[in-house]
Amino acid sequence: MTESLGQSALQTPVPEGEALLVVKNLKKYFPVKRGVLINRTVDHVKAVDDVSFEIRPGETLGLVGESGSGKTTTGYCVLQLLKPTSGSIRFLGQEVTTMKRKELRRMRREMQVVFQDPYASLNPRMTIGDIVSEPLVIHDIGDRRSRRRGTERLLEVVGFNPDFINRYPHEFSGGQRQRIGIARALALNPTLIICDEPVSALDISIQAQILNLLKDLQKEFGLAYLFIAHDLAVVRTMSDRIAVMNRGRIVEEGLAEEVYTNPKDPYSQALLAAVPLPDPRKMRTRREERRKHRDALAEPL
Amino acid sequence: MRTLEVNDLRTYFKTREGEVRAVDGVSFALDEGKTLGIVGESGCGKSVTVLSIMGLVLPPGRVVSGSAHFQGRDLLTLKGRQLEDVRGRDIGMIFQDPMTSLNPTLTIGTQITEALRRHLGMTREQARKRAIELLQEARIPNAAKRLDDYPHRYSGGMRQRVMIAIAISCNPKLLIADEPTTALDVTVQAGVLDLLHELRDLHGMSMIIITHDMGVVAETADDIVVMYAGQIVEQATAYDLFDRPEHPYTEALLAALPQIEGEGIRHGRLVSIPGRPPDLIAPPPACRFAPRCRYAGEDDCAVVPPQLREIRPGHWVRSAHPACERAAETVGAR
Repeated sequence: MTESLGQSALQTPVPEGEALLVVKNLKKYFPVKRGVLINRTVDHVKAVDDVSFEIRPGETLGLVGESGSGKTTTGYCVLQLLKPTSGSIRFLGQEVTTMKRKELRRMRREMQVVFQDPYASLNPRMTIGDIVSEPLVIHDIGDRRSRRRGTERLLEVVGFNPDFINRYPHEFSGGQRQRIGIARALALNPTLIICDEPVSALDISIQAQILNLLKDLQKEFGLAYLFIAHDLAVVRTMSDRIAVMNRGRIVEEGLAEEVYTNPKDPYSQALLAAVPLPDPRKMRTRREERRKHRDALAEPL
Repeated sequence: MRTLEVNDLRTYFKTREGEVRAVDGVSFALDEGKTLGIVGESGCGKSVTVLSIMGLVLPPGRVVSGSAHFQGRDLLTLKGRQLEDVRGRDIGMIFQDPMTSLNPTLTIGTQITEALRRHLGMTREQARKRAIELLQEARIPNAAKRLDDYPHRYSGGMRQRVMIAIAISCNPKLLIADEPTTALDVTVQAGVLDLLHELRDLHGMSMIIITHDMGVVAETADDIVVMYAGQIVEQATAYDLFDRPEHPYTEALLAALPQIEGEGIRHGRLVSIPGRPPDLIAPPPACRFAPRCRYAGEDDCAVVPPQLREIRPGHWVRSAHPACERAAETVGAR
């Protein structure tokens, strides 16, 4: 692993002409059940409803939307943490949805995840070193000594003092914990990292540190990101292309700059008009702009 | 006319490790009909500041010193019933989490009329009629019918609208909103902020809005106070603060924001602030931002505490290195 850290990220080459990740007509319905003895399904919540997108190697696709839009569910389906209702997910040229356990395990070396809440996603009873090296243990890579060296190196890569390898998560702040989460995601030298709201629990000054780190790592290791977030500015700064989700569907997808400067879909327009800008001079015009979009948004009752 | 004048407020919390100086010498004034924004990162003392003013700091916290003059009285000296008369009647308050600030076992109607009957002595019928009007003002559709619903039937945005209706129910002079939209989606947030703005003008209220979001404060506030580590580090009108930020912290904070408009966003790096806010049990002896400040250097700013000073009319800054003086220095050096 230590050796592979510096290499080109791709271990399994993507077939000619195909993107790294190809999601087609993905659906995830959750049943709504009623009844105590006779448990029948009365309806479905269409959390993800016919979603398609692609991610090429080294590219970031930003998935933006409000709560309940299905962006996290989409990410979980790609990771196979949730079983999709239907649709196809091809990763590195192979269909993921029909994979057996063993194949999935191999696939997961290439696809990692960084979660939102660095307070909940690190096991408080494990040391930093154990947390970061756990993926190496699980996949049986290297011996103890090389794993330790690798872990120290990973911590250094994410800007974390390797001397703290024997400490516990509670001793660190939110930003530092998120660095640990990122180091762990990097341990297996993946090609794709799914970032699910990686900075939304952090203060602005710390948020900038983590976003810069993710940008640097992408350049250094040729990583591709599926970057899921609700903050439109954060998504803008990270993404090559952006997909806007609303009620389980992608309502608009395109180059980041195009989607943001010239949104076509009424919902994307309303969403962009709603973002408060750090510029008091634009306040009045934006308030008027928002009034125009009020109809595109049915505020939940 | 001044609505509120706070002077040298200090609120400390006793902990086993020592005394946490959460708010350490905060002073500001709010004029009638204006909105003051208090902005800062978590733990900077912005919420504790208003909780202190409202007499809502509980042990181990303690207001150590200071005054808060409101309508000719010092709020910090009021006791029990006097304070209850002010809270909810003359000063309305909205908190961050609309999911927990309403009582789930009482109907919305009961919770709105409670304040009307307690503070304004209305009868049940009068209060009910007024409650419907208030829900309409807060733009809750079908107000008369929804009065008898319980909070769980309301979405987050609608609950925050109920909180606003309760807060303005007794025609307060001052409305304090502590992170009123942080728990809400951005499109819902826009609606709630617009509503607050309209109601302020309609009722001639003054407002204090507390937020960590530079965008929210830019869209709502006339004047802005920036807090860092328990102190005010910069204070100015909204226009002046965003046009010409002076304190290195404010500057860095604005530079750290990801931009939504412009070029080269994708491949540019954000300006980040190294390190993290100090421990308020033993804060840095002089300038509290000095350990993270890129301009702190050979001078004595890490030894002599900088005072809040007015560097141009209405623009106050607590730093030895405000932007305008740095510019002058480089010109002078040439």
